[in-house]
Amino acid sequence: MRKSLTLHLGLIALLFALQFIAPAYHHGNLARIMVMASFAMGYNIMFGYTGLLSLGHAMFFAVGMYGMGLSATQLGLSIGPAFGVGILSALICSLIVGLLALRTIGVAFMIVTLMFSQTIFLTILYFGGITRGDEGFVIKQSTRQIFGLDLSDATTRYFAALLLFSLVLLGILWLVKSPTGRVLIAIRENEERAKMLGYDVWRHKLAAVVMSGTVSGAAGAAYGVLFGYVGASFSQVPYSIFPLLWVLLGGAGTVIGPFVGTLFMFYLIDLSSTVTDAYMLVVGVILVLLTMFARNGLMGIVRERWAKWLP
Amino acid sequence: MAAVNLLSTRGLSRNFGGMKAVQNVDLDLQQGKIRALIGPNGAGKTTLVSMLCGRIPASSGTVTFLGQDVTDMPAHKRISMGMAYTFQITSIFDDLTVFENVALAVQHRLGRAAKQLKPEVLATLERVGLETRSDQVAGDLAYGHQRLLEIAMGLGQEPKLLILDEPTQGLSDGEIDEFIALIREVSANTTVLLIEHNISVVMALADAITVLNFGEIIAEGTPEEIHANPAVQAAYLGG
Amino acid sequence: MEFGPHLMLAMLEGLVQASVLTLTALGLSLVFGVMRVVNVAHGEFYMLGAVLAWWITSLLGGSALIEFTAALILAPLLVGLLAGLADWLILRRVDYDPERTIVATIGLLYIIQQVTLMTYGPDARPVAPPFNTRLALPWFEFGENGFALYWPWGLSTTSYKLFVILAAILTLIGVWLLMAKTKIGLILRATQLDSETAQAFGIPVERIYALVFGMGAALAALGAVLVVPIQQAHYLMGADPLLLSFIVVIIGGLGSLRGTVVAAILIGMSDGIISVFFTPTLAKMLATLLVAMVLVYRPQGLFGAKPA
Ligand SMILES: Nc1ncnc2c1ncn2[C@@H]1O[C@H](COP(=O)(O)OP(=O)(O)O)[C@@H](O)[C@H]1O
Ligand SMILES: [Mg+2]
Repeated sequence: MRKSLTLHLGLIALLFALQFIAPAYHHGNLARIMVMASFAMGYNIMFGYTGLLSLGHAMFFAVGMYGMGLSATQLGLSIGPAFGVGILSALICSLIVGLLALRTIGVAFMIVTLMFSQTIFLTILYFGGITRGDEGFVIKQSTRQIFGLDLSDATTRYFAALLLFSLVLLGILWLVKSPTGRVLIAIRENEERAKMLGYDVWRHKLAAVVMSGTVSGAAGAAYGVLFGYVGASFSQVPYSIFPLLWVLLGGAGTVIGPFVGTLFMFYLIDLSSTVTDAYMLVVGVILVLLTMFARNGLMGIVRERWAKWLP
Repeated sequence: MAAVNLLSTRGLSRNFGGMKAVQNVDLDLQQGKIRALIGPNGAGKTTLVSMLCGRIPASSGTVTFLGQDVTDMPAHKRISMGMAYTFQITSIFDDLTVFENVALAVQHRLGRAAKQLKPEVLATLERVGLETRSDQVAGDLAYGHQRLLEIAMGLGQEPKLLILDEPTQGLSDGEIDEFIALIREVSANTTVLLIEHNISVVMALADAITVLNFGEIIAEGTPEEIHANPAVQAAYLGG
Repeated sequence: MEFGPHLMLAMLEGLVQASVLTLTALGLSLVFGVMRVVNVAHGEFYMLGAVLAWWITSLLGGSALIEFTAALILAPLLVGLLAGLADWLILRRVDYDPERTIVATIGLLYIIQQVTLMTYGPDARPVAPPFNTRLALPWFEFGENGFALYWPWGLSTTSYKLFVILAAILTLIGVWLLMAKTKIGLILRATQLDSETAQAFGIPVERIYALVFGMGAALAALGAVLVVPIQQAHYLMGADPLLLSFIVVIIGGLGSLRGTVVAAILIGMSDGIISVFFTPTLAKMLATLLVAMVLVYRPQGLFGAKPA
């Protein structure tokens, strides 16, 4: 416990320090990475810890983002309450999706989540009058103010992203060390046995879906707040595939894996985009290689070889 | 009435397609006793106990546990009421440590009392002699040790009714002797339903024996009575 | 145009859509039925079929008929080989594990799509139809002089569209004959029922899987070659057929070939008809939701029998 707490607090401290050390170009990148890593950590609760593979997490990200964005622009809420509405929307959405999708298992579960997510995307397009469809809408700088802080300012944005990231990271660390986290892992490992030890498997899975969707929605809402843009592309299939990719790459079922995977992919795509705009090719190749050769991802390998204690 | 029935079934049956795996079973388990359930392979023993703990639903009939009709109750609730089931085909969490495996069994009973978890898990491991292996990954254990872990998970739940499905399969003679001693000790405050092929284990432990053949109870009684029963002999020799 | 002729036109368009969709969905269903895996890259094999058709027709000189015939044979063959190879190199190595296969085929989807973008480019390109006679169609009315036929302006189809429908029917019959009457079909059905037993009886299951995966992709490619004189080839054109095939396979009951054909005709028709009368976004939205609900409440499909 000591070691793992040191590791995770150390990571937060390092990111804190980077704000002062790293060149300006990386500030924007890192802020984005921390928000997206929070998205991936949310995904990891379901996929990495409970063994539920969703192909529709873009919907939670988007519902959080639109819940925030629409309530700020349409209802005129200030950014704090709007952020709260975003999170609440994602919570309700994940509860409904969980109640329905958990009636299925395996491949059917994957397809159902994909279809629900696609429905959300099409709904956003259909109500183009309010959502501005494909184009999306901008959240004005004058709206993105809280406690006298300007969230569009690069430094403030960095620290806000770090705050979200730290809360999610430590929250998940606490979760996986808690009795509930232990049961989620048990369900992933052997559902039948978990049931025969007296655990209500269905209820735990539902809890995992709701926690996962809500965290992912919070990341979506934060993305809208910090980068000032809300768009339908965030509800499309690639944004369901990204968290899967980041988690697989960094290590499913590890607390820092999603961050490592997000960081790695971001800079890989950043580098490859100087060579070609077909950057999704890199995504494709890495997905295939990961499934074939490194199922446990980078941190999974670290855990196997060097650090069995890694949570 | 001296003996209290912890669990009873009436007319309990289960079909798989057209095949009647268990037919019309009336079974009463007296509190605090060790009951052995024997019968040839495929007699329906696993199917019967799976209906008791809710792992598979009954086709017809009822199960009563602690005076309550639990026939339609999902498995996890029955377990929470005080049943434990150890699998015939070892079912443990392969990728977790021995400690975590037993912790999962103990934790459910303790609820929020997290402080007690570690000492209770270690105490449970000690009862089956796995205390030195608590940090090993369960899937790496030898087969016999995995069987012991399976039993430890049952013990860790401190159930009122412990159902053991062929627990001694794959244990060495020495381990079987320890197992017999362990179950004797457990039975002081637990009712045990034991499916067992090893007749010497049955004779050493059972207060009463139920014999199942082709899904039906063909005999029930004390070990001596069963030993002398011609129908049982026929089932074993003929089957 | 009046309602009657308009509906008839919509149904004809729907039938063309349904024909192509039937082939594409049949490929997906075959793969799922026999191998129990979901091929997310299916739409990209469709797209490859269309792009290869463009390539073949523009490389070959000669009459439109010869070019097109070459494309009709070569494009599905090449796509089938490529898919078989992908199966052998990738899916076989992940043991056809359903979840890992989905992730791997997602990777494959992006690889195929992006390599096409890098080589073929972002443009949509047409392929000339081999023949394209306009055929006017009659409609009827009950006028003052009783029943009369007339030719409403705009109610017409082309010989090529009728050919698409015919080609799809012939392919269906071919696949059915293959499955029902040949030794290969018997082996496929045996593998579908129980791959382990099939293996024990000496059926080379891995090779059968590569064959099936290739066949599934080739069917999608065939559908695409047929459609490309009507729709043009584009590197992103695989998304819609993938979604629609998913819908068809799920509504028809996962892995049931007959259900797939019925559902494809139904959905292809209604998609064609609905998109004439409604906004396509709403139609897609409702269809997607319907599919999700079917999976949740009737996982055996609308036409499948309830499992005992
Ligand atoms: N899930 C099942 N589906 C079909 N048949 C089953 C199933 N489980 C058990 N059976 C059949 O029921 C009969 C009883 O099996 P079981 O209860 O495992 O016997 P035992 O434990 O006494 O060896 C056997 O003939 C077995 O093949
Ligand atoms: Mg048995």
